[in-house]
Amino acid sequence: MKLLVCVCKTPDTTAKITFTDNNTTFDANGITFIMNPTDEWYALVRAIELKEQHGGSVTVINVGLNDSDQIIRKALAIGADDAVRINKAPTDAYDVAAQIAEYAKDKGFDIVFTGKETIDYNGFNVGAMLSELLDLPFVSLANKLDVNDGKATISRDIEGGIENLSVATPLVVSAQKGMAEQRIPNMRGIMAARRKPLQVVEPAAIEPLTTITNYELPPERSDIKYVDAENPAELIRLLHEEAKVI
Amino acid sequence: MSILVFIDHNEGKVKKASLEAVVYGAAMNAGDVVGIALGEIADDALATLGAYGASKVIVDKAAHFNHFDSRAYAKAIAAAAEQTGADVVIFAHDSSGKSLAGRVSVRLKAGLVSGATQLPNTDGSFTIRKSAFSGKAFADYTINTDKKVISVNPNSFPAKEGEGSAAVEAFDSGVGADAVSITVDSVSRMTDTVPLPEAELVVSAGRGLKGPENWGMIEELAIELGATTACSRPVSDDGWRPHHEHVGQTGITVSPNLYIAIGISGAIQHLAGVSSSKVIVVINNDPEAPFFKAADYGIVGDAFQVVPKLIDAVKTFKAS
Repeated sequence: MKLLVCVCKTPDTTAKITFTDNNTTFDANGITFIMNPTDEWYALVRAIELKEQHGGSVTVINVGLNDSDQIIRKALAIGADDAVRINKAPTDAYDVAAQIAEYAKDKGFDIVFTGKETIDYNGFNVGAMLSELLDLPFVSLANKLDVNDGKATISRDIEGGIENLSVATPLVVSAQKGMAEQRIPNMRGIMAARRKPLQVVEPAAIEPLTTITNYELPPERSDIKYVDAENPAELIRLLHEEAKVI
Repeated sequence: MSILVFIDHNEGKVKKASLEAVVYGAAMNAGDVVGIALGEIADDALATLGAYGASKVIVDKAAHFNHFDSRAYAKAIAAAAEQTGADVVIFAHDSSGKSLAGRVSVRLKAGLVSGATQLPNTDGSFTIRKSAFSGKAFADYTINTDKKVISVNPNSFPAKEGEGSAAVEAFDSGVGADAVSITVDSVSRMTDTVPLPEAELVVSAGRGLKGPENWGMIEELAIELGATTACSRPVSDDGWRPHHEHVGQTGITVSPNLYIAIGISGAIQHLAGVSSSKVIVVINNDPEAPFFKAADYGIVGDAFQVVPKLIDAVKTFKAS
């Protein structure tokens, strides 16, 4: 099976977010970057497990400049076989999807994985856009995936429940919790990752469809009001009369 | 201008998030709002969308649309956009919208903003605000294309019912059964409560409750309030509560009117899932719990003492 996993570089979960240039640019100064958690923990690890079961190969792909190499090497250390980096700082989700589609369209991948969303722009868009560009079925929010004889059996989250479905490969899947367990790379994996191929591909000319023109930090929550533990009725009064939510 | 809204439905009823998407489209005040529904549903159920701002609903009732298939649906919705001459296509940012908005955006070569929390600013450009960095910031996206796709964050635009009835017209999308590649084998759904992503009131509990056997009072409080129950990650990882209750960065993101957190310390990953809640109440016996910094109201106290009193207070409030 030929598997492709899209990985994105995102600020660390605990990073303090600030902006520069009059709130038009994310300030990457002093930020630690990580592989987007759902890409790493669920998409990548499930792809590696499927390769271990059925044979084949796992390629990771990233759209980014060479500051992405660190997370790409980590993906190789966890167990991907080779990597492709499309050499461009992406402008929007469409740019990312179109660059990956341009690379993947004639490579015959059986399954293309993404994480359900990135923790920076929270769009949920790359997988859906990629599937349309490749004209493939797309299953979002998958929490379980097995493949047998070219047929994928998938379970996905829907509002207040689960949908179980099956679909022939090739397809695009966005992965979330449940699909696999995080793997920590071991020393042997880290050593091996240094010798695994990382191909750098020049980007296609893609016009972004959207532009971020301004960022803003949310207003501080007004000071917390404490209610005496002996008197929860006061809380109910405040929620009704002041906050007007019940 | 003409606006097309995708209408998702379940068991014969239009989903609440789709009602909100119609309300959003109508509030744009930029032209006729037309709904597009797929699969079998009664005309009466679709006509009710008139009360939320739709002038018309078109529907392709072909049986092969009865189960969700993002590729076939996207083709049909794009065909409806062409036919109605829609400039803007709107989805709910839910499990269907997350599969469809990106596909339709590509088909129509239309810029997409997903998870919109505000109406577009059309003063000179077409700019929409959404939450970014997992709730730590807002980003304003300008759409550069003539056609636009927007998905609307659930609970951001209340589905207020007004007057009126929408005309319902049959629509032939031209998308046949051969476009469907996904077979839905089964669907299991909690039927007794409002699904968490749609809930307006949420009662959530964490490891402070010490064990799954203590959730009785959480459920009772939720029932009394008409709220949906949720939990923190460790609680779902340990199997105390089902996975679909897990709220946080790797679980579900919620934006209810009221989020009550009981015995949850407030790790940054949990806050990422709740930060767009309108009002947050934290009940914790540790006054240093970081969640208090993100809360509007707090009670420092033992959950096992406070929650039963809170249930009594809700009962008294309801009786008054």
